[in-house]
Amino acid sequence: MNFDFSDDQKFLRDEARKFLEAQCTTAHVREVLDDDSKSHNEGVWKQIVEMGWLGAAIPEEYGGLGLGMLELCVIAEELGRALAPVPFGSSAYFFAEALKIAGSEDQKSQLLPKVADGSLIGCIAVSEGPGEIKAGNIATRLKDGSITGKKIPVTDGDIATHAIVLVKDGSGESLVIVDLNQNGVSREPVKTLEPTRSHATISFDGASAELLGEAGNGMALLDQINDRAAVLIAFEQLGGASRCLEMANAYAKERVAFGRAIGGNQAIKHKLADMYVKNEVARSNAYYGAWALSSDAAELPEAAAAARVAASEAYWFASKENIQTHGGMGFTWEVDCHLFYRRAKLLAVQAGSPAVWKEKLVSALEAKND
Amino acid sequence: MDFNDTAEEAEFRAEANAFLSQHLKPKTPGALRSGGREDFLERAKAWQKTKAEGGFAQITWPKEMGGRGGTVMQQVIWGQEEAKFDAPTGPFAIGLGMCVPTVIAFGSDEHKKRYVQKALMGEEIWCQLFSEPAAGSDVAGLKTKAVKDGDEWVINGQKVWTSGAHYSDYGILLVRTDPNVPKHKGLTMFIVDMKQKGVDVRPIHQASGGKEFNEVYFTDVRIPDSDRLGEPGMGWKVALVTLMNERLAVGGSPGPDWKEIMDYARSAGTLSDQAFRAKLADWYVAAQGYKLTKFRTQTALSRGETPGPENAIGKIINANHLQDICNSAIEMQDHFGLIVDKDEAPSDAIFQESFMWAPGLRIAGGTDEILKNIIAERVLGLPQDVRVDKDKTFAEMN
Ligand SMILES: Cc1cc2nc3c(=O)[nH]c(=O)nc-3n(C[C@H](O)[C@H](O)[C@H](O)COP(=O)(O)OP(=O)(O)OC[C@H]3O[C@@H](n4cnc5c(N)ncnc54)[C@H](O)[C@@H]3O)c2cc1C
Repeated sequence: MNFDFSDDQKFLRDEARKFLEAQCTTAHVREVLDDDSKSHNEGVWKQIVEMGWLGAAIPEEYGGLGLGMLELCVIAEELGRALAPVPFGSSAYFFAEALKIAGSEDQKSQLLPKVADGSLIGCIAVSEGPGEIKAGNIATRLKDGSITGKKIPVTDGDIATHAIVLVKDGSGESLVIVDLNQNGVSREPVKTLEPTRSHATISFDGASAELLGEAGNGMALLDQINDRAAVLIAFEQLGGASRCLEMANAYAKERVAFGRAIGGNQAIKHKLADMYVKNEVARSNAYYGAWALSSDAAELPEAAAAARVAASEAYWFASKENIQTHGGMGFTWEVDCHLFYRRAKLLAVQAGSPAVWKEKLVSALEAKND
Repeated sequence: MDFNDTAEEAEFRAEANAFLSQHLKPKTPGALRSGGREDFLERAKAWQKTKAEGGFAQITWPKEMGGRGGTVMQQVIWGQEEAKFDAPTGPFAIGLGMCVPTVIAFGSDEHKKRYVQKALMGEEIWCQLFSEPAAGSDVAGLKTKAVKDGDEWVINGQKVWTSGAHYSDYGILLVRTDPNVPKHKGLTMFIVDMKQKGVDVRPIHQASGGKEFNEVYFTDVRIPDSDRLGEPGMGWKVALVTLMNERLAVGGSPGPDWKEIMDYARSAGTLSDQAFRAKLADWYVAAQGYKLTKFRTQTALSRGETPGPENAIGKIINANHLQDICNSAIEMQDHFGLIVDKDEAPSDAIFQESFMWAPGLRIAGGTDEILKNIIAERVLGLPQDVRVDKDKTFAEMN
């Protein structure tokens, strides 16, 4: 047993962090935040594409770097730390992973190289209304190879070139791949509480679509895709939560009230200690998820769910208490605290809310103990 | 990153398991702690002896100390396997986990020869005499004093909450040898024979109903200077080593965990309750987080790194989590949940028993608040609490 990343993976992490600290500062994030017409930071995106990160976990035969899932986890944590305002997750965690597990040979060799070189931006479109995505209440329909319906909100849906869409057909729910640059697809940006990752409403009106995996297997496939994405998202959450603790810690040492640094007061010290504990619980669970993901372990469903539950809680707590620790300053637009608060919420509800993941976790534990 | 055993680890696990199956019964559901039984101490001593003879006691200690000279991972594996059996280990945890390592670190060759082997073989039990009525969290504020008289020291004072003192043969004793310096500087550590004249052990009735800790009175107790651990005035430094070893000790589960309450909920038909399921998920995540964080620490240890103050998180998570789980299990039983009679209460009343034990777990070995201070100050580097007694001598403050 060895419960840590390898030296090579740590080297990758250090390099990624150095790069992002220089090239993806919160000023870069704010360029997207402050400009409604911007869906992402093109400069940052271009450089990420050039470094080949999108292909980190895509096999070399499909144009990727063929490193592995652990490397992708390492990159995800750093992107989370940096609040990278780019469609990386949609393309790499959802679209590429979905193709890897369910795509036909043809689909993989057609599309994966384009994900890896950034010429294709993928996204996943499942939500249609408030509440958990459940079999039976999907209205978007597939008929004779074309789809009709509306998905809202779709993360990165306005800049994506391709989407994986959850639809209903004769046999139940299915997943389809849709080229978004065609007649029969229209998109509207939708305002969300996290403007540094863009969102859209996508309407399909007879757009042509191609099955991903077997017809009628949509919900099961979606579960598998979400399990994989969950681990990667957990690493992004962990990165963000760690930054929040660092920010709060630095401020607590520097801000003076009643003649001493506020961090000398136990209400603040203990709050930060609680953040630390939650972050460590999240980190350990995320590592377990990374191991399960990279080794295709049978434990992946519960490991992914635990990683996600722990990371959502850690990021939520760290991001809200980071604002609190900063006092009035923390509630200003100019101070970065709210950027993390926003991102924490996006990541907590994307691919299912914490309640959904708690239920998945308990179901997995139940199944195991039967 | 790999969670699976290496070939050597798998081999050791099999060996450990075979040894355990040969000597112990597998743990049955409900019977989580085999403490409290009449013959418990005898069984514990016998098991310790068997373990030592089989080469499985103190896996990481060097062979010349009677250990196995094994790896941290082997220690982890042993802990995991032993936890599956009804192993009576409690009475030795403090001695072998904390006191004897302190003797090894600061004692003379004679000390090591005299004490280590006997402790390892389960023949002698040790206790830790630090806390006093007015010095718990602030242990350096203790008052029990030692005065030099020729080649001996004369001890007078009182210790309290000393776990296992009533069945211990020896203890490590922290006392004040110089009141005219600031509190941390005037302490000295000794080995004390608990059966000698002047040592009066009085069991304390605990809130949980048990009598596992004690008051210990010292009246003109004489300790030879040769039984001093470390230089006079260096007692705080010695005590910190004891406390660091406490973090290193690979502890098992302190009581019912997510698994037990899940099993109980299933049998009670409440496992489908949504609110309960959400809590269960949180408990699982916390327990996993604790377990896996220990694995991370152990990975670091196996590379020769030293465990740091970050290990304080384990107890914060565990103790609170135990209290919560028991509380929920009892509420799930509604009015019936009050019953502590093992024949009546579900799961042999383990939830009720642990409910009464959990408050102690949040205090023993450092309270939640002290542990959070440790994380805040020593891990996060936040300013220390105000310490008004820091630069004053102990005598001035008292
Ligand atoms: C089951 C059990 C077994 C024990 N076994 C042993 C043993 O074998 N040997 C031994 O030497 N001792 C033992 N102890 C004693 C234990 O170490 C002390 O009880 C513990 O350190 C707390 O000290 P105290 O009881 O004096 O509480 P106090 O220090 O009086 O604390 C009271 C409250 O004040 C809080 N507090 C104190 N200081 C601060 C601060 N700076 N900031 C914020 N809050 C603070 C505490 O967190 C607590 O909530 C045992 C205790 C228990 C419960």
